Amino acid sequence: FCRREANAAMLSNYEYTLKYLSKTPCAHQNPDTVKEFLTAMLPHKLTKAEKLQLLNHRPQTAVEIQLMVEESEERLTEEQIDKLIQKVKDVLPGDPQKEANASADPEMETDQ
Amino acid sequence: MFVLVEMVDTVRIPPWSFHRQLNDAIAEELNKKLANKVVYNVGLCVCLYDVTKLEDSYIFPGDGASHTKVHSSYVVFHPFLDEILVGKIKGCSAEGVHVSLGFFDDIIIPPESLQQPAKFDEAEQVWMWEYETDEGAHDLYMDQGEEIRFRVVDEVFIDTSPTGPSAEKEGPSTAPTAPPAGAEDSAQQKEAPYTLIGSVSEPGLGLLSWWNS
Repeated sequence: FCRREANAAMLSNYEYTLKYLSKTPCAHQNPDTVKEFLTAMLPHKLTKAEKLQLLNHRPQTAVEIQLMVEESEERLTEEQIDKLIQKVKDVLPGDPQKEANASADPEMETDQ
Repeated sequence: MFVLVEMVDTVRIPPWSFHRQLNDAIAEELNKKLANKVVYNVGLCVCLYDVTKLEDSYIFPGDGASHTKVHSSYVVFHPFLDEILVGKIKGCSAEGVHVSLGFFDDIIIPPESLQQPAKFDEAEQVWMWEYETDEGAHDLYMDQGEEIRFRVVDEVFIDTSPTGPSAEKEGPSTAPTAPPAGAEDSAQQKEAPYTLIGSVSEPGLGLLSWWNS
């Protein structure tokens, strides 16, 4: 009885973890993406924790960058922050469905 | 938010599992023992990553099972201090906003760490941010189910191992503790073995909908 419950709990929590991760940017990443990203980040001189957070969250706004990079106002100019956001967007894959929706809208034609 | 932790443990394989591959039997036993359990001062164990070393297996008098000392790496949920995480609001109470990650539930954002000024609506049992603009004050509610970005500012580990009759704690030194995260062993034991304290009092933190243009 107890064992079955324990097994069920273990299995379901593992699945909850997978479910949580599937909704994060890492669901679209692989070891090569990570390598490419870390290489692209070299000139910015970020700490390991900062690069990890950029990988985990794939920030798209300057506000998010400021949260993840310590003392970002002192270490990065506004231009550098924009460049960082662009690099993150280019190197790390986003949610293919969301990006397809975003680019499909201007091309949508009404049926006639 | 996940780390690999080196574990050393003696795994007991009962005789009826002897026909199985040792590695498979060991992996299953380790997962049964640790998955979804909190290890004191380590974190919430998720699953086995790798078995790094197997020592010789022994059989002891009186017990037909084999005992093997196993060195392994285990995937453990243990966010680092100041890490940013995204979760869902479970609910609000006078103690603050309760957040869940699905697989981990014991996250609390105390009132002083909310975006200020904050107010608690007793009737609806919800916290809100009294956001002021030039046009006036807006009440931004922190509703259940909303996605929320927060920073981990503290962690609390509580040793929930059973106390002996003499009220002396028999805490195991290296072996994992038994109670699963969030489970209630007895009427008194309602404390979570591992709790995260969060904060949303910075620009960019709080409900995702507040910052998405």
